[in-house]
Amino acid sequence: MGKTLFDKIWDAHIVTTVEGGKQVVYIDQHYIHEVTSPQAFNGLKTRNIDLRRKDKIIATTDHNVPTKDQHLPISEPLSRKQVETLLYNCETFGVTCYGLGHKNQGIVHVIGPELGITKPGMTIVCGDSHTSTHGAFGCIAFGIGTSQVEQVMATQCLILNKPKKMRITINGILPKGVSSKDIVLYIISKLTASGGTEHFIEFAGDTISTLSMEARMTICNMSIEMGARGGLIAPDQKTFDYIKGRKHAPDEETWEEAIQFWETLYSDDDADFDTEYSFNAEDIGPMVTYGTNPGMGIRIMDKIPSDKNSKALEYMGLRTGESLLGKEIQYVFIGSCTNSRIEDLRQVAQFVKGKHKAKHITALIVPGSKAVEEQAKKEGLDKIFAAAGFELREPGCSACLGMNEDKVPAGQYCVSTSNRNFEGRQGPGARTILASPLTAAAAAVEGKLVDVTNMV
Amino acid sequence: MEPLINIHSSAVPLPAEDIDTDQIIPARFLKAITKEGFGKNLFRDWRYDKNNDIKGDFVLNNPIYKGQILVAGKNFGCGSSREHAAWALYDYGFRVVISSYFADIFKGNALNNGILPITVSEEELHLIFRRIETDPAHHFDIDLKNQILSIDEKTKILFTIDAFKKECLLKGYDDIDFLLSLDKKITSFEESQIIY
Ligand code: SF4
Repeated sequence: MGKTLFDKIWDAHIVTTVEGGKQVVYIDQHYIHEVTSPQAFNGLKTRNIDLRRKDKIIATTDHNVPTKDQHLPISEPLSRKQVETLLYNCETFGVTCYGLGHKNQGIVHVIGPELGITKPGMTIVCGDSHTSTHGAFGCIAFGIGTSQVEQVMATQCLILNKPKKMRITINGILPKGVSSKDIVLYIISKLTASGGTEHFIEFAGDTISTLSMEARMTICNMSIEMGARGGLIAPDQKTFDYIKGRKHAPDEETWEEAIQFWETLYSDDDADFDTEYSFNAEDIGPMVTYGTNPGMGIRIMDKIPSDKNSKALEYMGLRTGESLLGKEIQYVFIGSCTNSRIEDLRQVAQFVKGKHKAKHITALIVPGSKAVEEQAKKEGLDKIFAAAGFELREPGCSACLGMNEDKVPAGQYCVSTSNRNFEGRQGPGARTILASPLTAAAAAVEGKLVDVTNMV
Repeated sequence: MEPLINIHSSAVPLPAEDIDTDQIIPARFLKAITKEGFGKNLFRDWRYDKNNDIKGDFVLNNPIYKGQILVAGKNFGCGSSREHAAWALYDYGFRVVISSYFADIFKGNALNNGILPITVSEEELHLIFRRIETDPAHHFDIDLKNQILSIDEKTKILFTIDAFKKECLLKGYDDIDFLLSLDKKITSFEESQIIY
C-alpha cells in the first residue's frame, strides 16, 4: 500500500521504537521564543548538559514585545526580564537569536519561512501551537510543551505516538473577495473546534494548488484550531520558487538534488487516510466568527445559528438568528502569524488606498517581521496606511494574545485577522471577530461589518 | 523528578467540569522564567478575589480538604498547551489527578512533570466524590506498579497508563533521561540522514 505525504516524512525520521509502541522522532529544526524557553534552558543548566545541535535552533523575540519604540528598553518589567533572559540564554548556549531591532526579527512562524529555514520534508517544532504554519511547505511541523523544548534542545528527539491522518480536499474556484483565511474558517465551522482531534491534516485539491505560499501558510496555521496536531500541503513549483534564493535555501550545487527529493513528497494514489472530507470552493464566502472559539463561524451573509453555547453569545453580546452584516465595530487588528505577511499587507493597502477608516475605529497593522515591515515601507504601503488612518506598528504578536500593551478594551468589538477568539484573548472582556485581512480592512473603512464580495 | 510508586493520601474534590488551563494558572503568570513557585497561583482567581482576599468557600481554602490527590470533573486541563498548569499542580503538592476525561495535551504535560493522571468512569468518579463528601479525611491508595486505585478494601479500580510513561514515573525518569541513553542511535541516525 502507498504512503501519505505525512507517512513519508514521519517514517524517514524514526530513530527507534520504544516499549508500548511510541516512536523516537528526530527533529530537523527547532524554533524558540521568550515565553516557553526559559524553563527549558534552566533544565539544561540543572542537568549540566549542552544543546545537542546548535545549528538546528533559532530564537526570536515576539510574544511579549512592544510594537512601538522597539529601540527603547521594554518598559514592562516582567516582559523585559523574559526577553533579556532569552538573549542571555542564547548568548550562554551559543544560539542564534534575532532580538528586537535585528533585521531578521519577527513572529517565529513568519521568519522561519522568510529565511528559507523551513523546507519540504523536514520535522519542525516550536513551543507554540501555531508551529503548524510551516506545514505549508510540505513538512511535519507542530507545537510542543516546554518539557519537550528541553528534550529537543538536549537530544534533538521527541518520544511520540504517531497521529492519525486526515485529508481535506478543496476543489473549485473561490468567489471574488474570498481568501485562504475564509477557506480555513469555513472548514473549522464545518468540522468544529475539535473535529481534527488526534489527526494530522493534509490539505489538497485544485483550490489549494492555486494558492500562494502565504495563503497556504494561513490555512496550515489554523489547522490546529480544529483540534488537529498540525496541517501540511504537498510541495510544488510554487514552494520551490518561494524558497529559492532565500538565506537558508540549498545552494546552487545542491538545488537540483533538493528538488528531486522534494518532488517525491506527495501522498501516493493508493495511500490510506483515517478520515477524509471534501469541500467546494464555490460554497465558501467571506467568513466571520460570532462566538468564543474559531469553530463558531458563519459566512457574512448567513445568520448566527441556534447554538447550545449561550454563554459564548452572551460574552459576545450577540443573539441567535442575528446577522452580523452591518454590525458596528470599534477595533481592527491586522496581524499575527495567520495574516501579517507582505501579501496580506499588500491586499489591505490595495483596498484602503484612497479611502479612510471610519472615525470611531482604531485600526492597527502589525507586520509579522522586520522584513515585512521594511518591504512594506519600500513599496510605500506605510504611506497608504497613514493616509487611510491606519497605524503601522513594529513586528510582534501584539493584540493576537495581548501579552504586551496592545489590548482591546472590555466590551468592544475587534475584527481581527488572528486565529483565536477565546474569551479575554485580546484583553479582558474583549470581543474578537475573526476574519480575513480584506474583511478587516473593509470593516475599518465602513466602521461596521460588510460583505466584501461586492466591493472588489 | 521524584519517583511515584505508591500514594496513600486523602483527596481534594473539585467537581467542576471543563476546568481549563487558564483557570488552573491564569495567563498573567506566564511571564515567569522558572518552573518554581507556581503553586501559590494555582487556581489563583478561584482562591483569591480581586482584592487578593482569600475566598473562604473555595475548596483549596478549606483546611478539611488536603492531600496529594486532586479529584476533578470531566475534561480537566482543556485550553492552551501551557505546561505551567502542570507545574502549578506539582508545586502545590499534587501528584495525582483523577477525572473522567483529560484534555490530551494536559495529560502529556502532567506525565512529563511527575503527575499521574488517572481516568475513571463517570460512575466511579461520582463514587469517589461521594466518598470524600462523607469523610474528607478518607485515604485512597494508588499502586502505580499494578495500576490499581483503591477506594477502600472492597472497591478497587484498574486504570490504564502508557507502558513507557509508567516506567518513567516509577523510576523518576523523564523523557530526557531516556533519550540521552539513546545517544549512539541518535548519532547514527544523524550520520545517515541527508537533508537539504
Ligand atoms: S501571533 Fe499569536 S498565534 Fe501566532 S505565535 Fe504569536 S501569539 Fe501565537
